[in-house]
Amino acid sequence: MVATRKINSALAPNPRITEQKEITSSPVGDFIQETLALTKRLFIQLQRRPSTLIAGVIQPFMWLVLFGALFSKAPQGLFGNDLSYAKFLAPGVIVFTAFSGALNAGLPVMFDREFGFLNRLLVAPLASRYSIVAASTIYIIALSFIQTAVIVAASAFLGAGLPGIAGLSAIALIVFLIVLGVTAISLGLAFALPGHIELIAVIFVTNLPLLFASTALAPLNFMAEWLQVVASLNPLTYAIEPIRYLYLHGDWAINSIVMSTPWLNINFGIVILILLAFDALVLLAIQPLLRRRFA
Amino acid sequence: MAVAVLIEHLQKSYGDVCALKDISFTVNQGEIFGLLGPNGAGKTTTIRCLCTLAKPDGGKIEVGGISAIANPKAVRNRLGYVAQEVAIDKVLTGQELLELQAALYHLPAKVRKSRIAQLVEVLGLTDYINKKTGTYSGGIRKRLDLAAGLLHQPEVLVLDEPTVGLDIESRMVLWNFLGELKQAGTTVLITSHYLEEIDALADRLAIIDQGVVIDEGKPSELKDKIGGDRVTLRIREFTPQEEAEQAQNILQSLPFVEQVIINTAQGNSLNLIVKSEANTLSQIEQSLNGINLPTFSLAQSRPSLDDVYLAATGRTLMDAEIAAASTRDTKKEKKQQMK
Repeated sequence: MVATRKINSALAPNPRITEQKEITSSPVGDFIQETLALTKRLFIQLQRRPSTLIAGVIQPFMWLVLFGALFSKAPQGLFGNDLSYAKFLAPGVIVFTAFSGALNAGLPVMFDREFGFLNRLLVAPLASRYSIVAASTIYIIALSFIQTAVIVAASAFLGAGLPGIAGLSAIALIVFLIVLGVTAISLGLAFALPGHIELIAVIFVTNLPLLFASTALAPLNFMAEWLQVVASLNPLTYAIEPIRYLYLHGDWAINSIVMSTPWLNINFGIVILILLAFDALVLLAIQPLLRRRFA
Repeated sequence: MAVAVLIEHLQKSYGDVCALKDISFTVNQGEIFGLLGPNGAGKTTTIRCLCTLAKPDGGKIEVGGISAIANPKAVRNRLGYVAQEVAIDKVLTGQELLELQAALYHLPAKVRKSRIAQLVEVLGLTDYINKKTGTYSGGIRKRLDLAAGLLHQPEVLVLDEPTVGLDIESRMVLWNFLGELKQAGTTVLITSHYLEEIDALADRLAIIDQGVVIDEGKPSELKDKIGGDRVTLRIREFTPQEEAEQAQNILQSLPFVEQVIINTAQGNSLNLIVKSEANTLSQIEQSLNGINLPTFSLAQSRPSLDDVYLAATGRTLMDAEIAAASTRDTKKEKKQQMK
């Protein structure tokens, strides 16, 4: 090239900076920096393409209105003494909406894989590639909270009533726990399955069946024996029942019996422990899937 | 001269497809090194192993003396990577993408803004940087990706087929830019299946074919090594087969002619390898006159990199491209790479 060209220092390598960075960098600080940057990207996407959020708010609203109307002439007292179906339904819709959102968490990651954007992240010296998983999880949880808030407000308007501050916090905790576990499953699948077609297929066959095999739309004692057993093993049930209890009882406590499975009665504290165990189990189970990709 | 990138006996298979059989080459600090070969030769797989996107089955990869297999993070810190297909998030603006990239390379907040501004200016992106990347043309996308790859001031910049799909003007801009980059001291490793590109840019190159390095050296060295001159002869614009064969017979008997090939793809033109002597062209013309054949065009040239490739593999780069295009399942390969 032309020998007389002025050397542009902006284009010069700087090995000293790299070495300096390697000595002084803190892994935790780096992890936070990259996680925040990746989360920011997801929120910019949401802000510029808000259709998923709009649909995600309209859909549960339609569940509330349509299912409410479907059972509005059910014999009085069928769901319990002076209990309206709207009040019964709200917790089911809250959990189901959070669950659907979390189940889709893997899709953006899958598209990043397919379009090669993930490679951009994988060639970068990330403190830990779990920052990619962390960013998606933070994003999905924030989204679920927005949806939950809208459903709680809408169902209050439709006559379901409104739990107190402690009750709302408990709802937030339960939504957090179920979303964490399901998001982890979805992200694990996004790395394990070959492409988005397969991921969408899995989402399709799990989404509605898990709704119907839970107590979202009808109580356990409405169901066939075998379905009672299935519903009692379904993590969604363990999120729905305590929230429903909160909606129906102003005076709840850790040891309140919130659900009666065919084999035992479970109180509030145990439900939370079961959800925690579900999360721990899932996070452990996806380790090999992520490690294969992240090693 | 210090070694920037060392690759030794690199091997990699995807399932039962052997992508890399035995790849070895060294890139010296401060040079532009070209990796030349037809599509499917193993260039991208080599780059994927170097950039820690794929784990090799065997062999050694070092960047500045650091093993990419034992210490991938240190190597990621030292490499800038510009992929063949620029993957950008269409919803983000260029500025937002660069800020994300800066955070992924842990640039301190203090230098982030100024570093981005510097590269935006150098790469002439000022007018585009606050627009969404989805509106960018191919050339602008490539420039944004170059900025992203250079943010952390890497010692080595790796570009995989950087000019595929670019218009001629963008290609020239890129070539000039790579020259500037070299001038400033950054080592550049570039893959290409365009002969002219590697010939024009690279200080040294390796030719790879079917997962093996055929030859490595300076372009001039490789060309001199195979020796002789090349003559291209057209008897008519489109020569009948029998006339071409007639000419082939008579020319093969000339003492300075080493080989005569009829190129059917080019209207039965004749490709000759001749000893570098004086008057070869006039003697060829005389022989043709002797059997009453005209000359439409006659040209002599030094061997090109294509001739180097031809001598080593028995086929031209173009033929290899065509053969590869018909047997390759690019969709399947993409799936393999996603794993």
